[in-house]
Amino acid sequence: MTFSPALEERFAKLLTSYPPGRQRSAVVPMLLYAQDEIGHVSQELVEEVACRCGVTPLQVDEVIGYYSMLHRKPLGKYHVQVCTNISCQVVGGEDLYGHAARTLGIGNKQVTPDGLISLEEVECMGACSWAPAIQINYDFHHFVTRERFDQLIQALRDGTYQETA
Amino acid sequence: MRYNVPSPLETRIISQRFDLPNSASIDTYLANDGYVALRKAIGMAPEAIIDELRASSLRGRGGAGFPTGMKWSFVPRNTGRPSYIICNSDESEPCTCKDRLLMENDPQQLIEGMLIAGWTIQSSKGYIFIRGEYRYQIEIMERAIAEAYERGYLGKNVLGTGWDFDLYTHSGAGAYECGEETALLESLEGKRGVPRLKPPFPAVAGAFQSPTILNNTETLSTVPVIIRMGGADYAALGTPKNGGTRLMCVSGHVNKPGVYELPLGFPLMRLINDVCGGMRNRKKLKAVIPGGSSAPVLKAEECDIPLDFDSIAKAKSMAGSGGILVLDEDTDMVAVALRTIKFYAHESCGWCIPCREGTTWLKKVLTRFHDGGGRSSDIDLIAELANNMLGRTFCALGDAAAMPTAAFVAKFRDEFEAYLKRSSAAVEPELAVV
Amino acid sequence: MAAPVNLTIDGQKLQASPGTLLINAAKQAGISIPAFCYYDGLALQAACRMCLVEVEKTPKLQVACTLPVAEGMVVRTDSPQVRQARKGMLEFLLTNHPLDCPVCDKGGECELQDMVFRYGAGQSRFIEPKVHVDEKQWSPIVYYDAPRCILCYRCVRICGEGLGVSALGIGNRGVVAEIVPNRGDHLECDECGACIDICPVGALTSGTYRYKARPWEMDHVGTICTHCSNGCKTTLGIRNGQILRANSRDHSGINGEFLCVKGRYAFDFNEHPGRLTSPLVRSDGEFKPVSWAQALAAVAQRFTELRVKRGNFAVIGSNHTTNEENFLLQKFAREVLRTSNIDHHRTGDVAGLIHALDGRTNVLASTDDLYNTKAALVISSDLAQEQPLLAFQLRANWRHHKAHVYAVTPGPVREDNYATTARAEPGNEFDVFESMRERLAKEPELVILFGDAIKGGRIARLVSFGDSLGIPVKYVCLVDYSNSRGASDMGLLPHLLPGYRSVSDSGLEPGLNYDQILAAADLDALWIVGANPLARQSLASPNAFLVVQDLFLTETARQASVVLPAASAYEKNGTFTNVCGDVQKLSRAAKTMGTKSDLEIIALLAKEMRQDFGAAKPEVVFDEIRRSVRGYDVPLTVIETGGAAKTVLLDGRPQVASRNGHFRVDTDANLIRSARNTLFTSGTLGRFSQMLSSVIEAPGALYRDPRKQPEVREGSVQVETVKQGQ
Ligand SMILES: Cc1cc2nc3c(=O)[nH]c(=O)nc-3n(C[C@H](O)[C@H](O)[C@H](O)COP(=O)(O)O)c2cc1C
Ligand code: SF4
Ligand code: SF4
Ligand code: SF4
Ligand code: FES
Ligand code: FES
Repeated sequence: MTFSPALEERFAKLLTSYPPGRQRSAVVPMLLYAQDEIGHVSQELVEEVACRCGVTPLQVDEVIGYYSMLHRKPLGKYHVQVCTNISCQVVGGEDLYGHAARTLGIGNKQVTPDGLISLEEVECMGACSWAPAIQINYDFHHFVTRERFDQLIQALRDGTYQETA
Repeated sequence: MRYNVPSPLETRIISQRFDLPNSASIDTYLANDGYVALRKAIGMAPEAIIDELRASSLRGRGGAGFPTGMKWSFVPRNTGRPSYIICNSDESEPCTCKDRLLMENDPQQLIEGMLIAGWTIQSSKGYIFIRGEYRYQIEIMERAIAEAYERGYLGKNVLGTGWDFDLYTHSGAGAYECGEETALLESLEGKRGVPRLKPPFPAVAGAFQSPTILNNTETLSTVPVIIRMGGADYAALGTPKNGGTRLMCVSGHVNKPGVYELPLGFPLMRLINDVCGGMRNRKKLKAVIPGGSSAPVLKAEECDIPLDFDSIAKAKSMAGSGGILVLDEDTDMVAVALRTIKFYAHESCGWCIPCREGTTWLKKVLTRFHDGGGRSSDIDLIAELANNMLGRTFCALGDAAAMPTAAFVAKFRDEFEAYLKRSSAAVEPELAVV
Repeated sequence: MAAPVNLTIDGQKLQASPGTLLINAAKQAGISIPAFCYYDGLALQAACRMCLVEVEKTPKLQVACTLPVAEGMVVRTDSPQVRQARKGMLEFLLTNHPLDCPVCDKGGECELQDMVFRYGAGQSRFIEPKVHVDEKQWSPIVYYDAPRCILCYRCVRICGEGLGVSALGIGNRGVVAEIVPNRGDHLECDECGACIDICPVGALTSGTYRYKARPWEMDHVGTICTHCSNGCKTTLGIRNGQILRANSRDHSGINGEFLCVKGRYAFDFNEHPGRLTSPLVRSDGEFKPVSWAQALAAVAQRFTELRVKRGNFAVIGSNHTTNEENFLLQKFAREVLRTSNIDHHRTGDVAGLIHALDGRTNVLASTDDLYNTKAALVISSDLAQEQPLLAFQLRANWRHHKAHVYAVTPGPVREDNYATTARAEPGNEFDVFESMRERLAKEPELVILFGDAIKGGRIARLVSFGDSLGIPVKYVCLVDYSNSRGASDMGLLPHLLPGYRSVSDSGLEPGLNYDQILAAADLDALWIVGANPLARQSLASPNAFLVVQDLFLTETARQASVVLPAASAYEKNGTFTNVCGDVQKLSRAAKTMGTKSDLEIIALLAKEMRQDFGAAKPEVVFDEIRRSVRGYDVPLTVIETGGAAKTVLLDGRPQVASRNGHFRVDTDANLIRSARNTLFTSGTLGRFSQMLSSVIEAPGALYRDPRKQPEVREGSVQVETVKQGQ
């Protein structure tokens, strides 16, 4: 498989970050970074990572099933994650998630037909004091109201959204 | 950047640089006491460093509150084998959002803390295990690490000591259980984040089966402060056996939720009323979850306590990760109990039977109960199931799920019973049989 | 040894050595602590939490399967609290477990069922919907039913730790966690079924046995596997004379719980429709079924005629027949037919090894030695493929005792995962040994296992290398089939009598060997018992009277004048000697109408030729073997009780044969050739196993790296088998 030079560079760094013979350590970060580039964890990627890290594809499979951020199916270009865990829940997180599902017309872990946006109800994302919170890809948005949510979605659709991470 | 206005009541030691312009840059750091502690530590014997930590009565900020000095003293030194420093930045305990701030606003402080740990056990490699969702924070840490390499604080021959120390970030990929120290180590080795049998403890056989110091982000970020100001002075800020300050993450129904650095022993009611501007919409306080979602809930009348490990434990809850969720009179406690158990069911790694099956069963009962299908026997069933998990699971996640659940039922039984009155199944016991 | 630890369990005072796990200490005292995930010899999991016990002075219940005993420990395994915990655990387990015991294959042998019965959790308070997941077929052999799985991880560990295959893993997280196979939706593995056998519940079931029978409807007969030379004990489940399953039911054999795909599933050749059930006599170029009496009379008559005419006889024996049959066959050849032209397909040079070690003792390793030796060197064998039990034993030795294992092989082998291995081109092995010399010489002892690359004169060279290490060395000459060793020991050799005595002791000259027999143009009669030489070689005496005893109409049988349908090894009593010289008993489990055991056939033929061969009973012949064959004077009780008795071919006294200088080492290296069977082939026999031909695994493939897999997978292994067939 070929990846972007930046990703290749990251892989090279990853593989030397761990003690000798411990390349297996790179499996999880490699999968996540590669998923960000190609959109999901494909079978081809599984075998590539297995080969580069010196493990079996089964060992990679086991890992993919375990971590909730690794997806076998493509997500939207923008993955919108709404936290409904308790700090968010008590200040409107569940309401916000319901609003998101209705406005986007998709359910949990589904993708809009144009492939632009996917939605996920997620666990605490570490923004509890500034709840309710959402993440768009890796960007945090705090104190999100329905109106703020609608503006963000509009920006995604207009292509005016700027990613920080 | 911080996302809330600081409070004048704070004691800002580890967050002292948070509001400086360009706070994450090494120049800002160096201009504000940066790397003073490392230089000092380099002149100290390992035992002396550990003594300072002991004197500081610093207790782990990750959740368990274990005395950090003691933990470091367990790590065998001079074994001739490699040893590792691991920072737990998995920060996934619901209600907790402080490690993120430490990385975003003062990454060098964390690096310095890890360097001091590394110097103490003469380790030459460290990893910062950061939850996958924190990509932005990973990037900040990586920039900071690069800066530290450039200035000679990391890499070969740190500060001319002849000692090498390399530091790396390591991304998780979505798993609360990877915050549990041994599951974290498994994850670091590229495996499923399933906890390991203890003993051996990570101090002896941790990362790559080698001696390891493993601490929370905040714990390690506090180390430079302690070395700089001296353990005794740091300890004096808090209460006996509960030294210093910690970042308290307040969320829920207060006027000014936010992360505030306060000394241990700070009264909970003062935190709510004075630091956080009181209850939102003048509502009455109903309950507080004082240490992340794993901590058993306190009823309003139990909240007149100081916020330190021992006092909260005395109130039969725990200080945990420092996440404090304040709930007002309108809160539906059944809904909060349900959302809590949903989290644990989702995050149970599945390794052991009581946690895997217990959390899911509880989730199913509570879901049905919440959705109006509750039966009178359910309330006791929930309590009993939690009891059948307590103390019997492989790791503490099972307890973290069972304890709050049992507390919700015990303390808010009236709310559960009120639900029953609205329930359609209360008098039809066979309704849900499959 | 450190001083034993004193502890009290359920009021019983006992001692255990330090480090003993509480669960095992209790077992020694006759107290059984329930366990699902704990399994002797496999990694500790502490996952099922069934073994919780009360330990005084500790507030929480303790996990007995991981807790080492400690001085003064006071334990209660049956207190109300403990019982309540177990009941609670079972109740948790049953929330996701379908209650389909009446149709489950494991019914009657299920550990979960037993425990629910003991601790009572049958009445569930769980009224929520259960998650249903369809059962999956992972291979012709392995089926997985996720809802029944209790996630004890025994299967994962036996496959990874035990077999070194690591084909099973854990997928998903939390309550939807399940066992997953190595190829996404299917398995590519040894197909050994160890995972199925070790599963405490009915989550893993086997394609061969599914829904066929309940355990209590079968008779269980312990016997020896008929495929390779390792001699695993297998318990056949029989209903109405038919073999329905094979497993290592009571773990009482030399193989413990181990069996490979052949031992566990390739018994189905026994019921292959191609089984011969009637003697056939050729007339006018066509086979005609005849009665046994007619067939035997025809053979006896022709043999007698030729004997009178001093005709030229030759006999080829089998790698699959019992010691008794082999003994009788050579006796018949030598005493009745007065010929030394007798041989068998030699798959390893056992005679060469005996010759090279003549006069010594304690130099032949037993099966047990492989599990206990401090170090072992494997030469030119892909052990996991060709000698599955030996590979398993060595691996277990490494896991449990940290034994050092070395392997010198031409290609990659599974031992690469843990052993010190080196590649050596065939012929170059000795150079590689030299490079290992220093390390080998530091070992306290060594067992050397060698395949057919070391034969003839090279064996002496190997032994002198062994001697030069200056440490005690034992040897195993690897052979292929279930009684290859016995064929050699019983004198199915042109130059050696049973026990490797010189043929001259019988007043005969050495005869023709295997290749010479087939190449001889002047044979009058050739008698082939349980062998298929004509699959690869042709017969130079087309007019010879050819008598073939076999299970199937093989390439050889097809050219016969008379074909006698033989019983299989699962259909007779007798003994086999395994590759390490351990003698074990075969017990008749099944019967195919119309067949006779080779022993019976030989005896009937003798009778028909008016020769007094005594009673044709295996026990009687074995008694004669014990009295007359050197090294076979083994304790009968061991054999009769289903144990393995070690033969002592080398007892320190020089062999008569070599003293007389008659112990000829065959210099024709070509004579000794391994069939290179893989896990999925078993010479001619394997071709008649549906099960073996239904698996997709490529023979000899390493499953570790997908890139090492062939691009196109063979639909079956049959093609290979024919080429490699015996
Ligand atoms: C289920 C579970 C989740 C945990 N998550 C975290 C976490 O996200 N961050 C953390 O620092 N500690 C977490 N811990 C605590 C760690 O196991 C460990 O005690 C801590 O990182 C040690 O550092 P400290 O002594 O500095 O607190 C968790 C523990 C459990 C049982
Ligand atoms: S208690 Fe058991 S299932 Fe739960 S997270 Fe720990 S090990 Fe995994
Ligand atoms: S059949 Fe044998 S090799 Fe295959 S998965 Fe099961 S234990 Fe592993
Ligand atoms: S399939 Fe059987 S052996 Fe494997 S984990 Fe499930 S219950 Fe245990
Ligand atoms: S609970 Fe929503 S971010 Fe923590
Ligand atoms: S047998 Fe001890 S936890 Fe499973």
